[in-house]
Amino acid sequence: MAAHGTTDTHPARPDVTAAPAPPPPRTPAPRKADAARVPLRHRLRRDRVLLLMVLPALLLLLVFNYVPLFGNIVAFQDYDPYIADNAFRAMSQSPWIGFEHFRHMLDDRLFWQAVRNTLAIFAIQLALFFPVPIALALFVNSFVRPRVRAVAQAILYLPHFFSWVLVITVFQQMFGGAGLVAQVLRERGHEGFDLMTDPGLFKFLLTFEMIWKDAGWGVIVFLAALAAVSPDLYEAAAMDGANRRRRMWHIQLPALRPVVALLLVLQVGNALTVGFEQILLQRAAVGAAASEVLDTYVWNTGLDNGNFGYGAAIGIVKGVFGLLLVLGANKAAHLMGEQGVYKR
Amino acid sequence: MSALNVLNFGIKPGSRSGLRPVWEEPPTRAGLAAKGVTLTLVCLAVLFPVWVVVVTSLSSVRTITDAGGLVVVPRGVTFLHYQELLSGGQVSRAALVSVGVTVFGTLFSMVVSVLCAYGLSRPGSVLHRPILLVIVATMFFGAGLIPTYLVVQGIGLTDTYLALILPSAVNVFNILVLRAFFMGTAQELVESARIDGAGDLRILWRIVMPLSRAVLAVITLFYAVGYWSAWFNASIYLSDPEMLPLQNVMQQLVLKQQKPTGLSQAITTGHLSPLAVQMAVMVLALIPVAVLAPFVQRHFKQGMLTGAVKG
Repeated sequence: MAAHGTTDTHPARPDVTAAPAPPPPRTPAPRKADAARVPLRHRLRRDRVLLLMVLPALLLLLVFNYVPLFGNIVAFQDYDPYIADNAFRAMSQSPWIGFEHFRHMLDDRLFWQAVRNTLAIFAIQLALFFPVPIALALFVNSFVRPRVRAVAQAILYLPHFFSWVLVITVFQQMFGGAGLVAQVLRERGHEGFDLMTDPGLFKFLLTFEMIWKDAGWGVIVFLAALAAVSPDLYEAAAMDGANRRRRMWHIQLPALRPVVALLLVLQVGNALTVGFEQILLQRAAVGAAASEVLDTYVWNTGLDNGNFGYGAAIGIVKGVFGLLLVLGANKAAHLMGEQGVYKR
Repeated sequence: MSALNVLNFGIKPGSRSGLRPVWEEPPTRAGLAAKGVTLTLVCLAVLFPVWVVVVTSLSSVRTITDAGGLVVVPRGVTFLHYQELLSGGQVSRAALVSVGVTVFGTLFSMVVSVLCAYGLSRPGSVLHRPILLVIVATMFFGAGLIPTYLVVQGIGLTDTYLALILPSAVNVFNILVLRAFFMGTAQELVESARIDGAGDLRILWRIVMPLSRAVLAVITLFYAVGYWSAWFNASIYLSDPEMLPLQNVMQQLVLKQQKPTGLSQAITTGHLSPLAVQMAVMVLALIPVAVLAPFVQRHFKQGMLTGAVKG
């Protein structure tokens, strides 16, 4: 599964994705200087080992990221996987139908339902998930003893490395119909309880799971930004009579601002890609009406029901709007005076 | 640590208050207590479910019946369920598949990524800008699920373990992190090695990689966790249930509440607890990650920040 890109470039921000930093003004760069004079043939020979090193990764990306771009032509075909024994031959033999799939999308009730769910889940995550790592970072940062911080961080990072299957099974054991909460409630003679199959609460359940899994991991970036704040600033503020809360407001939060802007942009750019695996695993329990998002709809129509062409068409629309979102969000960040994104 | 604080903050070493700069107001007793309780609760929210799962998996059928389901307080620890699961059958096979895919996949990904990152890290080398562009561009767009599936099917990878490794073998973000780190290696070292007659491979192996142990550890963990946790590729590319890795089997056993083949007899006769079997599978899926991650933890910040956000 090719992850949908959430990236953008901005030439003003020197970062690892950019070409290597230009040499400092006064030191001549030897290789660059001779690049102008040495003919390409010789430079290719000189760097052939480096080129060979890059080759395997490049080939893999070409095969699994670039070739599939051409595979998107099935969105314009009445693709029939059984017409031949191989996907490539089937592609070449399937009839063309132009924009039929795209027209169909416009009055496909399920498609619009997926769009609505996707945006609703995105909004809930933005409101409920996004602030948690920031608050958690400020909290962890307020502990001065290194030992306490190290232990807290080790515990908080851990769930990030659990697979979604594991996280969801853990949640099911806690909040499911046979889970611990229901078990305790039954012992006290109360009604049953099953958070995992409640369509009304599903979008919140998703966010809840996300917080459990990844909020602790999100802390890293903010902690690093806080660690970069000069102690002089705190001291000067304290001299001026700023109390703890004031110092947080006037020193710590401004220090986090660039990171927050950056992550917000990434988040917005990712708005159409909400928890694919997570939802796919729980879809059966709550039904499509509550849980179907664009990614799962592509999977459902394309792979599960075998309507490859239509699935691919939805994928294209999603990809195009996703890219526009990233570019737009990054532009907005620039207008806000922030650096925006390079990549994640 | 405290010596460092003395230098930086001008504070007294020793005692609890010694870690705070002198200008900072001393914490109140109530404030400290509130913070302590909150931190404990946050950590418990992470650890408690894991604890319950582990304890239940180690409980006997009797204990589980007495508790009416999940067990919170351990009593009469038994490894029965693990013995049954790991003595051949569906779960042992799946665990073996997962270990194999993780080991070979991680090794393959690391070799490919490190070579690529080094190949792009030498300043002024020929063509490195256009190649970098081609590689980074893949972070902007995904071709989409359907065409990727069709390509994997088209080149004949379906129903092979290669389908679990090759499509996700290269992570561009990881390559960029490695590359940024390699570029930070002192150029004097590299140049002097070159003058001594070392080729690029030798420089990478003898100089650059030993100096990048921290970031190599982090990226290895990222790749390993990725392979270990993956279930989606297996679910679409493998049709033979015998080939499925542990995550997929866990999904079937716990989320879909199926009984493990081979053990269903022992479960219906009450010899095994279906709940403890499920929990034991979860623990098997959790152990490698929970064991490895803390060792690499101290490098996370470095690894994450080298290539990512510069704060």
